[in-house]
Amino acid sequence: LVFTEEDKYGLYSNLLFKYFLAEGIVCGHDLFIASAKEHPDNILKELPAPLLDDTYGKELGDEAAAVKSEDFQDSMKIAWRYQNLPKIEASPTTCTKFGHYYDVSKKMSPELCQSVKWHSFYLHEELSFEPKMKTCNMNSGYARLLQSIQRIISQEGFDGSDPQKKQRNVLRIGIQSLGSVLWGDDVCCSDTPEDTHSLTKFLYILRGLLRKSLSACIITVPAHLIQNKAIMERVTNLSDMVVGLESFIGSERETNPLYKDYHGLVHVHQIPRLNSLICDVSDTKDLAFRLKRKLFTIERLHLPPDLSDTVSRASKQDLAGSAKLLSSGCGAMAIGKKHLDF
Amino acid sequence: QDKFTLLRDTRTDGSFLVHHFLSFYLRAGCKVCFVALLQSFSHYNIVAQKLGVSLAAAKERGQLVFLEGLKSSLDLLFGEEEQPGQPSPLQFLSTSDLRALFDFVRLSLTPADGDSWKGPVLLVDDLSVLLSLGAAPVAVLDFIHYCRVSVCYQLKGNIVVLVHSNEDSEDEENELVVNSMCHHSDLILWAEGLATGFCKDVHGQIKIIKRLSLRQAAEQDLVQIYQYKIQDRNVTFFAPGLSAAVL
Repeated sequence: LVFTEEDKYGLYSNLLFKYFLAEGIVCGHDLFIASAKEHPDNILKELPAPLLDDTYGKELGDEAAAVKSEDFQDSMKIAWRYQNLPKIEASPTTCTKFGHYYDVSKKMSPELCQSVKWHSFYLHEELSFEPKMKTCNMNSGYARLLQSIQRIISQEGFDGSDPQKKQRNVLRIGIQSLGSVLWGDDVCCSDTPEDTHSLTKFLYILRGLLRKSLSACIITVPAHLIQNKAIMERVTNLSDMVVGLESFIGSERETNPLYKDYHGLVHVHQIPRLNSLICDVSDTKDLAFRLKRKLFTIERLHLPPDLSDTVSRASKQDLAGSAKLLSSGCGAMAIGKKHLDF
Repeated sequence: QDKFTLLRDTRTDGSFLVHHFLSFYLRAGCKVCFVALLQSFSHYNIVAQKLGVSLAAAKERGQLVFLEGLKSSLDLLFGEEEQPGQPSPLQFLSTSDLRALFDFVRLSLTPADGDSWKGPVLLVDDLSVLLSLGAAPVAVLDFIHYCRVSVCYQLKGNIVVLVHSNEDSEDEENELVVNSMCHHSDLILWAEGLATGFCKDVHGQIKIIKRLSLRQAAEQDLVQIYQYKIQDRNVTFFAPGLSAAVL
């Protein structure tokens, strides 16, 4: 259960949401899209087109070749300690194949969209039907969504209930803007919402459904609107993975020279610890994202070299404060293009 | 015997302690009732196998009674109407009443004829989830109290409970439950993430508090602090500052 805290204007979390669904189509998984904001048909039409390996590889190949030739020429003389740090690969095609890359400027072709089976849940269309299950005092929008998901899981055999089905597939569930006013929940409006348990009960039952079947789910939530922090803590406990996106639009960080190459930060609050005592913790926790014309990339946050003499004292303090947060070494070698795949 | 152990975690995941106690008591030959609210049976089974215990076998020979919260809640919501004489232990999802859960615990730990297990044990993972599911904090405390009377005093067994807490937490209900439980526990194992931030070699520190003052008026609590690192099959403990990476 991947729980994403939306950024303020929902731009980037929407992008992440679409990436998850697009990856599902390319892998041939079934999709289930639920939203109260946009009709799922529209969401499906807006998915980014996958990049074919050869064109992308070639683009990056030229860049990488240029970079590599520079590197091998001079070994470091002053910052020689950094030489022993593992070099971060610039070209993603040399990494093991996991996931695909997408071109944000192009839309996915309708034929590719139609190649998988997909189900939708648009809240405003479903309101006319009465929920047939016990709601357990849950918000009726959530109850209907759960019922719909459970119905699809058992009908399509994702929970292994149909022994006849030979090929087992994965169901990717995407739920947009959960907890917002459009779902009928006032958790985003007031400090003391009327029903503090609907959202958490929903997540618990959803977790049960996910564990019981071959499915994965991404949920985006406008966390910046939820004033009751207690609910956010409980929700974090109930999710496997929690990622927060903080965009720089409209905040004072936009002009901070530390962040000038990026559009926002990625906060990884929790990673899944399943079927094992340990979890896979990466060695850096500072990630930032940027949206270029064609690509949305997530990279390690690194300090640009502090070359200017005219940096004012205020921003120097800011930089120093941010430098405390960085846990990995930085230097000229950190050209930093570590793509996170979906 | 008749000890109440509280597992507490802050800024980190203390579930490794739950896995430890589960395999520890099963290997000791105790009858265990495990109320597993947060994860599925297969998760615990896989980890337990790494620690050398098979949960499936324990379940089969009647040593382990496993309440899989996630699965039972689905049965409650999507299943057929339940029989009137057997309310589901997860009934509190709709009624906020934890009595059915307590009855389940009491029934599973009461020794049946022919049982040769050593002392009963109740293990709960984790209590904070009950609050998320609609139970009031007072109801949760009552539930624990009833369990304590039944398991610790009447049946002379042990109870181990995991709770989450956060510093500066705004979840007042949770803080209330956690503080109250701390006061009534015989032993507190408190796993905390390091105050200095994330570290690859030291995953956290654990504070062991033996609450001697609970049973005897003049005694002081004994506090010990260790740091730990979690590996695939076990956890290594060491004195603070003496991690293998540093030495």
